Amino acid sequence: MSDNHPSVWEIMKSRGYSRRDFLKFCSYIAAAAGIEATGLPKVVHALETKPRPPVVWFHFQECTCCSESFIRSAHPIVADILLDKISLDYSETLQAAAGFQAEEALRQSMEKYKGEYIMAVEGSVPTKDGGVYCTIGGRSALDIAREAAQNAKAVIAWGSCACNACVQGASPNPTGATPAYKVISGKRVVNVPGCPPIGEVMSGVIVHLLAFGRLPQLDSEGRPKAFYSTRVHDSCYRRPYYDAGLFVETFDDEGARKGYCLYKMGCRGPTTYNACGVMRWNGAVSYPIQSGHGCIGCSEAGFWDKGPFYQHLSTFPGFGVETTADTIGAYLAAAAAGGLAVHAVSTNIRKRRILKAEMDKSMKDKDIKPKGGKEGEE
Amino acid sequence: MAKRIVVDPITRIEGHLRVEAEVEGGKIVDAYSSGTMVRGIEIILRGRDPRDAWAFCERACGVCTTVHSLASVRTVENALSITVPPNAELVRNLIFCAHYLQDHVVHFYHLHALDWVDVVSALKADPGEAARIAQTISNWPRNSANYFRDVQNRVKGLVASGQLGIFANAYWGHPAYKLPPEVSLIGVAHYLDALEWQKEIVKVIAILGGKNPHPHYLVGGAPCSVNIEDSMALNAERLAFIGKLIGDGTEFVEQVYLPDLLAVAGFYRDWFAIGGGLENYLAYGDLPTNGINDPSHFKFPRGAILGRNLAEVQEVKGETTDEIREYVTHSWYSYGQGDQQSLHPWEGETTLNYTGPKPPYEELNVEGKYSWMKTPRWKDHPMEVGPLARLLVAYASGRTDVREVVDEALAKLNAPVAALFSTLGRTAARGLETRLIAHWMREFYDTLIQNIKNGDSRMFNAEKWDPDTWPKEAEGVGLSEAPRGALAHWIKIKDKKIANYQLVVPTTWNGSPRDAKGQRSSYEASLLGTPVADPKQPLEILRTIHSFDPCVACAVHLYDPKGRYLHRVRVV
Repeated sequence: MSDNHPSVWEIMKSRGYSRRDFLKFCSYIAAAAGIEATGLPKVVHALETKPRPPVVWFHFQECTCCSESFIRSAHPIVADILLDKISLDYSETLQAAAGFQAEEALRQSMEKYKGEYIMAVEGSVPTKDGGVYCTIGGRSALDIAREAAQNAKAVIAWGSCACNACVQGASPNPTGATPAYKVISGKRVVNVPGCPPIGEVMSGVIVHLLAFGRLPQLDSEGRPKAFYSTRVHDSCYRRPYYDAGLFVETFDDEGARKGYCLYKMGCRGPTTYNACGVMRWNGAVSYPIQSGHGCIGCSEAGFWDKGPFYQHLSTFPGFGVETTADTIGAYLAAAAAGGLAVHAVSTNIRKRRILKAEMDKSMKDKDIKPKGGKEGEE
Repeated sequence: MAKRIVVDPITRIEGHLRVEAEVEGGKIVDAYSSGTMVRGIEIILRGRDPRDAWAFCERACGVCTTVHSLASVRTVENALSITVPPNAELVRNLIFCAHYLQDHVVHFYHLHALDWVDVVSALKADPGEAARIAQTISNWPRNSANYFRDVQNRVKGLVASGQLGIFANAYWGHPAYKLPPEVSLIGVAHYLDALEWQKEIVKVIAILGGKNPHPHYLVGGAPCSVNIEDSMALNAERLAFIGKLIGDGTEFVEQVYLPDLLAVAGFYRDWFAIGGGLENYLAYGDLPTNGINDPSHFKFPRGAILGRNLAEVQEVKGETTDEIREYVTHSWYSYGQGDQQSLHPWEGETTLNYTGPKPPYEELNVEGKYSWMKTPRWKDHPMEVGPLARLLVAYASGRTDVREVVDEALAKLNAPVAALFSTLGRTAARGLETRLIAHWMREFYDTLIQNIKNGDSRMFNAEKWDPDTWPKEAEGVGLSEAPRGALAHWIKIKDKKIANYQLVVPTTWNGSPRDAKGQRSSYEASLLGTPVADPKQPLEILRTIHSFDPCVACAVHLYDPKGRYLHRVRVV
């Protein structure tokens, strides 16, 4: 990028911050991104020399909870991200310009920074009926997404809507809501699921891109390993109660008042990969389990159709402490095929495919024939 | 000959909104509001467990997160005759208040302020003078010359970088901006402050509901148990945390939001005569202090005002089928008995009928159907909902706490009550109710502490938790007030499953297309007569539309493209 784009360090210097302030700041964002102390010099170097990368942020079928979560980020705070770290050139939620001027700002950014801009997608893309279920400036979300992806340096799918179509993709998925990675070809999509994702996870992904100039390591579902490699169950502070067999039997019973395990209240922690138990929410204040309600599994594809939410997981065969979440996915599919939970089926099709490649062969999913594949999933 | 202006996307809102306006002689002579995105949450809800509905409904909107969950649990509780314990009501009220504080502050600074504050003009400000002005209206400790200089340098750095980001290509220098550079600089500084502050007040919601956005709710109560002798429940530390957050939140509202609001309003007094729109106001009321079935003890009273007649407040009922009804005459849906009639939500139909132009398109056919929003009416009247409606209903109901706050502000602005019927009045009402809510929040907190002290720690009523205790069929309605206005859900339960679920939400009231009689809803009505200095720069349109704080994801309903699922209960 050209020389008239100052680095983060140059901006901080111009604002009167000392070198020490800058280094402290680097260590904060390194911590936020889960980077070890030995990697700190790289972060410092990156923030000294990199200009602010342009970001164009699209809203399709969504509720804006991802943007709201993003502005809740405690480290870095969003004012700093917006003013010092990225150039948010298009955002229907925050940008001052509207209508033609907003579209023009988008066009200018995509032209000037061809191949350099980061495309962020919040929301799913409706593909039914020519895309009439979401239009912006008279154009369909499908058109807009495909055009913007062509010259993007990287694509980030924020939240479960963009990663797996979330609530509008739940059965019967009336609008053909489709996740970003299925409508965009030729680009690796970073999936950051959750309804919404944790604010610091979102800023952590941005910090990673900024500091290292490349994508974070992703798992087989395109999720950054730093935040999605652990089950909520494994990082849960109530886990000892699970192991000891001490459960909440009814909301607000004696067990609830002592913080026992919420597994019997339908907690999806055992089948959910997310950082809630580690990072917690809103500046590490709490997370759903800590506040007395089971996890609803909002970062897992198809979680809406794995309900009802208060039906506990032991309904499904094979559940146990040592069983991995992916195995549970296979059992859910099996249970569904057996008629226990019809709408759990479709969402496990993709998971099953992944399982085939990655799962212990002894856990193969027999002769399951899921019915009624969901639009947007297949 | 009128000129057609199209503003799409309307930015700094939630969701996808398009406005087409006819301008003649420098004023808007007609306007059309269109919601351009739909997801179908109501149809997705069918056949599911009613106790799960709050989570689906909550995703109607992430900006007004929590409000749909509250309306949903109330709806199910109403259908099943469940009474929640007083503490659970208080927890819900605390979440309600925390959300309003966050949402209204974010609306003022991040979604609305740039309609009034010229960011580029702030570069010319004298930071010392800005500090002097700020200190005359507020005791906020950060209002120093150095602080304002720092912010100004920061914005200068942004401009110098050539990457203006969210401030690029906007309407800076537009003749409708009237603030002195110093007041603009105060606005920009507090824009940044508010962005940092808003993440704090929602910690109340994280403590009580586990996370924000989208905390967890529970039919029958609240999931957070109280145990002052245990580290794993709501104990003294958690309660003290909430207490501190309320204090800090109240300070920000009193020392930053309100002073800024009044300062800005003082320079735009002409906007007290612009954008009044409809003359009817509707509020369902909220913040119960004696249970949900006693609206007379709500902090925000329930009622309707017609023809701006503040001498009379009319009774409103959600379950009476000839009051709240919805049209689809100009919406992309069709009704089985024809599109000229209206339906009560319990009988609500959701059949998609997109007749708009094939995208990409330039203009909508506004003579026909032109929006994904349905058109709700109260006794066939178009009604404005939102902060202004709430304050007017409370004011007209003789609520002394509301009257004091409103009269004090009007006196400071040297404006009559009638000035409230305007774009600026709407924006002012939002700030004034925030002040009231901050104080009520403290009352709820104190009551909760007192209850616990008195030995009542109940948070959940388990009597009807088991679906086997439910009647074979039930119907319910849950009324609430979202930050953007009157919100209600209606449910029909059959064989333990949702048979029908309808949401009638604030932005549907305000932003909907015309009804069968051709009556305009709030957005369209309030744009009439709005001046437009430069048709290519629709700043004035944004002011009026933003004064409603649109939330379009909420507003758009339903549907099923082929009509197949309308009466089908899914097998779970």
